[in-house]
Amino acid sequence: MTPTSTPAVTDFPDVAEIPKVVRPYGDQTGDGMVQVSFTLPLPHDKRAEGAALQLAGKMGIEPALLVHAKPIGDGFTFFVVYGSVKHLVEPGLVEVVEREFPLLSGKEINTAIKRHLRRKLVVVGACIGTDAHTVGIDAILNIKGFAGEKGLEYHREIKVVNLGAQVLVPDLVERARAEKADAVLVSQVVTQRDAHIHNTTAMSAAFREAFPAGKVPLLVVGGPRFEEGSAATLGVDRIFGRGTTPGEVASYLVHALVPQGAATSHSKGA
Amino acid sequence: MSSRQRPLLELDRADVRRARQLARSVGRPVVRIANQHTTVSVERATLRLAGLSGADHERVPWVNHLVDAVREGVGLEHGVTLPVWDALRRGAAPDLLTLAQMASSRSVDFRIPEGKDATAAGKQSRTAVAHGIRTIDRQRAARERLVKRHGDPEQRPWIYLIVATGDIYEDIPQAQAAAREGADVIAVIRSTGQSLLDYVPEGATREGYAGTYATQENFRLMRAALDETSKEVGRYIRLTNYASGLCMPEIAALAGMERLDMMLNDSMYGILFRDINPIRTFVDQRFSRQVHARAGIIINTGEDNYLTTSDAVEAAHTVTVSQLLNEYFAKEAGLEDWQLGLGHAFEINPDLHDSFRMELAHALLARTLFPDAPLKWMPPTKHMTGDVFKGNLLDGFFNLVGALTGQGILLVGMMTEAVVTPWISDRDIALQNVRYVLNAAGGLTEDFHPPRDGFIQTRARQVLGEAIDLLQQITDEPGRAPLLEAIADGTFGEMKRPATAGKGLDGVVERADGYDNPAITLLETGATR
Repeated sequence: MTPTSTPAVTDFPDVAEIPKVVRPYGDQTGDGMVQVSFTLPLPHDKRAEGAALQLAGKMGIEPALLVHAKPIGDGFTFFVVYGSVKHLVEPGLVEVVEREFPLLSGKEINTAIKRHLRRKLVVVGACIGTDAHTVGIDAILNIKGFAGEKGLEYHREIKVVNLGAQVLVPDLVERARAEKADAVLVSQVVTQRDAHIHNTTAMSAAFREAFPAGKVPLLVVGGPRFEEGSAATLGVDRIFGRGTTPGEVASYLVHALVPQGAATSHSKGA
Repeated sequence: MSSRQRPLLELDRADVRRARQLARSVGRPVVRIANQHTTVSVERATLRLAGLSGADHERVPWVNHLVDAVREGVGLEHGVTLPVWDALRRGAAPDLLTLAQMASSRSVDFRIPEGKDATAAGKQSRTAVAHGIRTIDRQRAARERLVKRHGDPEQRPWIYLIVATGDIYEDIPQAQAAAREGADVIAVIRSTGQSLLDYVPEGATREGYAGTYATQENFRLMRAALDETSKEVGRYIRLTNYASGLCMPEIAALAGMERLDMMLNDSMYGILFRDINPIRTFVDQRFSRQVHARAGIIINTGEDNYLTTSDAVEAAHTVTVSQLLNEYFAKEAGLEDWQLGLGHAFEINPDLHDSFRMELAHALLARTLFPDAPLKWMPPTKHMTGDVFKGNLLDGFFNLVGALTGQGILLVGMMTEAVVTPWISDRDIALQNVRYVLNAAGGLTEDFHPPRDGFIQTRARQVLGEAIDLLQQITDEPGRAPLLEAIADGTFGEMKRPATAGKGLDGVVERADGYDNPAITLLETGATR
């Protein structure tokens, strides 16, 4: 947990250690074995089985072994296919978004806020739109926390206002203004018909409209189905994905909002 | 449910009695408050029973227009029916629909009738509302006839599956397919956000988020489709929807008139998890449960929610407390034991030592406390991680508890929970899992007798003890309704919900002395005219 400000990709221990090419592993190096399952809208017969193998072939699975075929419903067949995939994987070409901030302990978070911000850091959180799933926002904000880490509420120097579920965007903006929020945390779990995308862009637009440039609170959105690296498109400052812990969020807030020592303060105009 | 010869858990009878006594003393003051109030939704439901339906070109239902107009004119303290039927008697409009249309442009003068006028308006409104009540009675009789003709599912628990496409015309073939594959109960999940709409949408709908809007027409279409399928598969397929949120009474009335068979209806869910005003919730809930009682609908309560937001071991007793309160409020409203689908769920962290034994203990506790209720057993969601293989195993163990403890309704768990809305193959795999477990281990109830002072019996007793302590703690709260105080200070799910705040509060009205609601009268007396 050594704090480092060096840019992301070079953080990786040693590029030379990454193998140039790998293949999936079944029980022997290089065997390329994978397992897939899918349903075809065909009644179960010889032709359907052939169609399943054809699909496997087009997916690069060769030779493919059809290990299970079962009719389901009316005119559908479910397949499980095993086989060796011919594609090669080049891990060196993978782009990784690494954490751009150091992880801090609860004590470090409190100390940093107290020493450098000299007031409590105010966080307003909500599930917006029609989303009623407060699991995510509660895991991050409530004392109870998540994965053994206490939520933001637990930090003495952080003031948390959790507005709960189905909060209307104008109400969120109003409350953020009233509380003089430093950061606004929004959770979006429901993703049907891209509800999470629509809600988030509507929210960020509302904040940009309601606050003068440079005064917009830090906008943070979390949910299991956001694409990494889409923060700018959504108009928010940071996206957190599945499995994020409260400690990560708190560390990020400190990194983004608390000017440390002589370092220039974070500009959050998005 | 057939009650067992000898309960598997030997609970102290005095403890069980004490728990029920406490639930009663916690619930009774709330019922008193409910009886002193009405809500816009209760009044709208009454108009729906009298036959008012449809909406204007902006899809605002006529019942909303009429209730709003009466409220603006003379208030709702006397109920909506007296001023409405008084206006009809005075010839303000030829019929109810025209009156509502005129009232929407505020061209009707309402008054509170007195003396003979009041008696006459009361009588005529009762005749009109009794039509709706008799429709509910007829639908109940139709259900009983169809169950007799097609039969009930062969096995217990009944297999409960969810469809949720957002489009009623997609839901129908999916529901029919699910029934053919073995589902006994089909639940159509509502569009997220419907619970906070203060009106019931109209017509067949094709656009919902994570679910399909509950409308009278959608109810009718789905029930008709499942009647066809019942005939085809040779067993009566039950249909479920949600009487919750701001329109709970209206949805209950529509469900009764369109012959839905089960409704999700929890006493505190809306307050805690939707931030709906507590008084609004309890008033709406009492009316909706009276309708459900009359309609022969089985209610499903939402105790699973306590376990998804809190730790399932620490919060186990809050489930018991909620079940006891739900039972009290349900029976007070006229529901019978066979109509109480009290909820509980398999949500203990599977990494915890003895997690399965605790699940068994909790499920048996519910079974033993409510021997004649068709308990609703709900699958793991919180610890479904996206590891579908582990998820399938977990669902298998969930099914095993269901089989082993004689649950009434089993909500089928999907291994792709938290990943995607169920695919056709997910549903098939899930049903295969249920069938295997019920077939392989369904008879295990016969052999399974946890020893008197073993882990399971001890754990169950401990949870019951904690539930009694919590109920005691609630009765010790100050004020005229300790339960409302407890809800306000965050006793449940760490959420503070004061009686003076929350959504839908402005739709709550204190009843005046001359308040009249023919629906409530007919429901409470059992009269048909």
